[in-house]
Amino acid sequence: MGLATRLVVQRLALGLLLLLAVSVLIFAGTQILPGDVAQSILGQSATPEALENLRRDMGLNEPAVTRYFTWLGGALTGDLGTALTSGADISEAIGARLGNTLFLAGVAAVIAIPLAILLGLIAVRFRERWPDKLISGVTLASISLPEFFIGYVLILIFAVKLRWLPPLATVYDGMPFGERLTLVLLPAITLTMVVLAHMMRMTRAAILNVMQSAYIETAELKGLSGFQVIARHAFPNAIAPIVNVVMLNLAYLIVGVVVVEVVFAYPGMGQYLVDHVSKRDVPVVQASGLIFAAVYIGLNMVADIVSILANPRLRHPK
Amino acid sequence: MMKIPLAAMIGLIFTASYFLVAIFAPFLAPYGMAEVVGGVWEPMSAKHWLGTDNIGRDLLSRMIYGGRTTIFIATAATLVSFTTGSVLGFTAAVIGGWVDQAMSRFVDLIMSIPTLIFALVVLSVMPVTIPMLIIVMGLLDATRVYRLSRAVAVDINVMDFVEAAKLRGEGRAWIIFREILPNALSPLVAEMGLRFIFMVLFVSTLSFLGLGVQPPEADWGGIVKENKDGIVWGIGAALWPAVAIATLAISVNLVADWVLNRTTSLKGGRG
Repeated sequence: MGLATRLVVQRLALGLLLLLAVSVLIFAGTQILPGDVAQSILGQSATPEALENLRRDMGLNEPAVTRYFTWLGGALTGDLGTALTSGADISEAIGARLGNTLFLAGVAAVIAIPLAILLGLIAVRFRERWPDKLISGVTLASISLPEFFIGYVLILIFAVKLRWLPPLATVYDGMPFGERLTLVLLPAITLTMVVLAHMMRMTRAAILNVMQSAYIETAELKGLSGFQVIARHAFPNAIAPIVNVVMLNLAYLIVGVVVVEVVFAYPGMGQYLVDHVSKRDVPVVQASGLIFAAVYIGLNMVADIVSILANPRLRHPK
Repeated sequence: MMKIPLAAMIGLIFTASYFLVAIFAPFLAPYGMAEVVGGVWEPMSAKHWLGTDNIGRDLLSRMIYGGRTTIFIATAATLVSFTTGSVLGFTAAVIGGWVDQAMSRFVDLIMSIPTLIFALVVLSVMPVTIPMLIIVMGLLDATRVYRLSRAVAVDINVMDFVEAAKLRGEGRAWIIFREILPNALSPLVAEMGLRFIFMVLFVSTLSFLGLGVQPPEADWGGIVKENKDGIVWGIGAALWPAVAIATLAISVNLVADWVLNRTTSLKGGRG
């Protein structure tokens, strides 16, 4: 077994272990805290009988370890239980919403990734000159802005003043693809602006790092133009770090999606989670928390595996 | 008198004025925080500089009181995060061995869940009050301070003066607070600015989602939430708090950059 394969297998195992530990943490975070879930659902004025009934229905009288394994077993077989507030099946509700969220994140990624790489290349090509400084200034500003600010400014400009795009992204099942895309465009642009700064800066750093190498100097000395050096010699060697950057930022996008969905009233996972946190619907919060964490850990794992595979020193061991 | 670069100077002036406004809010605000003084979403006028909000309260007064709440929560949470994070980080570095391993792996675990998601999970069972927000935000963020202070302390721990103190027979508390802390202070102070901004954004996001500061108490994220329906009618009331958050964040960033540059050059490039 090659060194790279062994590292990949190790990383996969670590990812699974981490996921298991995170499920324990999420479960513990909602169960072993001093607050009594039954009490917080029914309120202070609840009768002892009502509390006792609810505790029995929720299985709260079982020991925490038993409840954890029941919950985990259910989650692994696709049964996430039922929502306390509506009695609806959580797996079904999440199924539809997860698709919506992934669609939104996907559109944002399709816009953000090429744009970030292009801007990163431009910043390197004109480094220390005005295009680089302008890009750096804009990214510093966009890091300091809350996601909802970007969202509302875009709504104010494109939906209210110019009337190009609808202000809310209320999609429903069976909507034609084109229409869905128009609705999703504004939230996707917002998300793009949220992650673009990080992605671009890290791309710039990755390419600058490669530009220090001796073979880049050779390429310059043999008379290639600036863009040719970057495109033919620097970029291929910077692909691994850039893919890593992209993956890390996609993980970041998963968090940004929560706020953006609330801003645009988009029926996705983020809004589902936030709604049920304020209703104190613990099973829903656990389930969606677990899914968010799993996607986040998964993307981080893919980022690591890609950088292992893209490292030629590990692919051809001596 | 040392020379302060222009960017840092601007940052300092803005940051200081935000803090002063926060401290003296009751004297500066023209109206009460929850006082209904006019119609719904009145435009800007001499009477109401920023207009009125969704139920006719003076927006400028809401903004001033809101800034007070937001800045207070962010400052308190930053303090919680720094005290816990740095004490634990230094302890881990000084004791080392399995204690260090156990603590560091636990921090890795917490950091593998996005902070916002974890905060939402915890807040779904906890009462959403200001002290609870400060504790949850502070403890979640302490993981980042832990990593930084542990890394810095591991370096300092092997220096001669720390060895000397150990040979003298000083206890762990002395090593941590009298030997390591004074030498680790400058990178920690620079980091503090960044953590503070993160806290401002974090508490605003939570309040915007309706899971932070509860009405009628004002805070910047909450003001956005209250006035967001006006956006569709072209009323920009919800944008003022966002502008305040952004300018505060940028000015603290400018100051933190300057502190970082100064401290690194003082120590000959060693952070």
